Amino acid sequence: MVELPDIGRISRRQAVHLGALLFLLLMPPAALALDEPFYVSLGSRILIYGLAAASLDLILGFGGMVSFGHAAFFGAGGYVVGILFQHGFEGSDFLGLIPGSDAALIVWPAAMLVAGLLALAIGAVSLRTGGVYFIMITLAFAQMLYFFFVSLEAYGGDDGLSLYGRSRIPGLDLSGDATFYYICLALLLIFLGLGVRLTGSRFGMVVLGVRENERRMVALGFPTYRYKLACFSIAGAVAGLAGALIANQTEFVSPSLMHWTRSGEILVMVILGGMGTLLGPVFGAAAFLMLEEVLSTWTEHWMVVLGPVLIFVVLFARRGIYGWLVGREDEP
Amino acid sequence: MTADGPETGAPMPAGTSGGTALLHARGLVKRFGAIVAVDDLSLEVRPGEIHAMIGPNGAGKTTAIAQLSGEMKPDAGSVWFDGRDVTGLGADARARLGLARSFQTTSLFRGFTAEDNVAMAIQAGTGHSFHFWRSARREPALRVPARALLDSAGIADRAEVRAETLAHGEQRQLELAMALATGPKVLLLDEPTAGMGREESVRMISLLSGLKGKVSILLVEHDMDAVFALADRISVLVYGRVIASGAPGAIRADAAVREAYLGSAA
Repeated sequence: MVELPDIGRISRRQAVHLGALLFLLLMPPAALALDEPFYVSLGSRILIYGLAAASLDLILGFGGMVSFGHAAFFGAGGYVVGILFQHGFEGSDFLGLIPGSDAALIVWPAAMLVAGLLALAIGAVSLRTGGVYFIMITLAFAQMLYFFFVSLEAYGGDDGLSLYGRSRIPGLDLSGDATFYYICLALLLIFLGLGVRLTGSRFGMVVLGVRENERRMVALGFPTYRYKLACFSIAGAVAGLAGALIANQTEFVSPSLMHWTRSGEILVMVILGGMGTLLGPVFGAAAFLMLEEVLSTWTEHWMVVLGPVLIFVVLFARRGIYGWLVGREDEP
Repeated sequence: MTADGPETGAPMPAGTSGGTALLHARGLVKRFGAIVAVDDLSLEVRPGEIHAMIGPNGAGKTTAIAQLSGEMKPDAGSVWFDGRDVTGLGADARARLGLARSFQTTSLFRGFTAEDNVAMAIQAGTGHSFHFWRSARREPALRVPARALLDSAGIADRAEVRAETLAHGEQRQLELAMALATGPKVLLLDEPTAGMGREESVRMISLLSGLKGKVSILLVEHDMDAVFALADRISVLVYGRVIASGAPGAIRADAAVREAYLGSAA
């Protein structure tokens, strides 16, 4: 293990946080100065997948619930943006009721709401089970949704749906990749800040308690199902926001957003980055996407390399990249 | 599992003996396939008393506790707590009414510190936990009583130690502190001295005797010294049935008990 020195009076953990923040803040101007604008859009994808992975960490790392269907909420958020954009473009109404829109301040919260309600419904059923059954049932729900959108010809079916631009925020031009990058960064930082509060709150303690020993929580009088469901729904809503952002970033949505391999990728990002650390999954997303970027220029079978890396992390670095960076700190 | 309920499973008429007992089991039955683990068990815990339930291994004591606490639904019979029928309530709902339990095999939040364990239990007794902002680890309403309980359980100096690294006896003391933290009316203690050395066991007995009169306790215990030192009344369970119930002196003298149980131990 590499020993990073403590810098001045700040702890190694703070140094890692500060370094990551500076890197993220300065990345776009640096990329533009180097005439490599591609890195800005790669950066946006890292931030967006980081948000999705951090939201999954609420369920997986803190709640101890292995959900294999997180991409369902990610994709649902994307489709809310795509579908409303399409109707806004055509000047028609969704289901003849809801007018389309491309206003970020309407569409993005709507994506969170829809994904959150979807998580509430899926969680209400899935959380009646546990262990392997929970993994399978979340996977099954996500695949159901995947095939639903594959067959939904009105919104592109298998081919997906192209957006003719990004959502609008008054006073900002999101079509600029740097501007969009900073919006993603701001939303990620807001979520991480709220997430840190959440996981340290009474609610967060209950979620941690369920992970540690659910039977004891019940014996103490906690109706654990309710808390798990709330946690699952919050995570779903945040994944929905990430989905709304990815739809904007690529200006395209398709069923592949919610394919089970996507759920797997987000799961891998969390494990790679460090479960139960909230920040770790962002590092995981960065590592995953950069690895994909570099390795896929050599071979399309880049997963062949990722596989052993993941096995190594699971076997030898249980707290992931983040745990490795910040070193040993026995915080539960 | 459905049961052709025996007549003893009829609900207890409210206001009769329920007036004196805090916890009252009536004709509890639990079968696992062909095995009858608990067979027409009736039992009451009166306010302030320590009621011990003893019996040889496999007598159904842990099954009885699971049915009283609500973890397991009885095939027949009813459980009354504090004047109401709680047979249909789950374990969490009964816990919120004031029926707390400890476990035979220590059941803690192993990755939490001792103080976090107790604070978690206190939090359980203070309304819902849908609070998303304020740091629970800096809340005096949780931390101050948690410290006090650790102190009275005799492990105040171990507050910052992770539960999994505590000694076995300390874990049992922590378990007791957690059971008390919810402010229960009745405590179901499943072998609080299990696996303890002589010295730890003596300390636990003195802790429990300090609770006498403050909280009603149903105590399942193998250690006869603990039972006779603590219990106001004793019920003897054999093959899922209560074969005798009464004051410690009477139980000690009971011929059937001596033959079925104490005979081999004493």
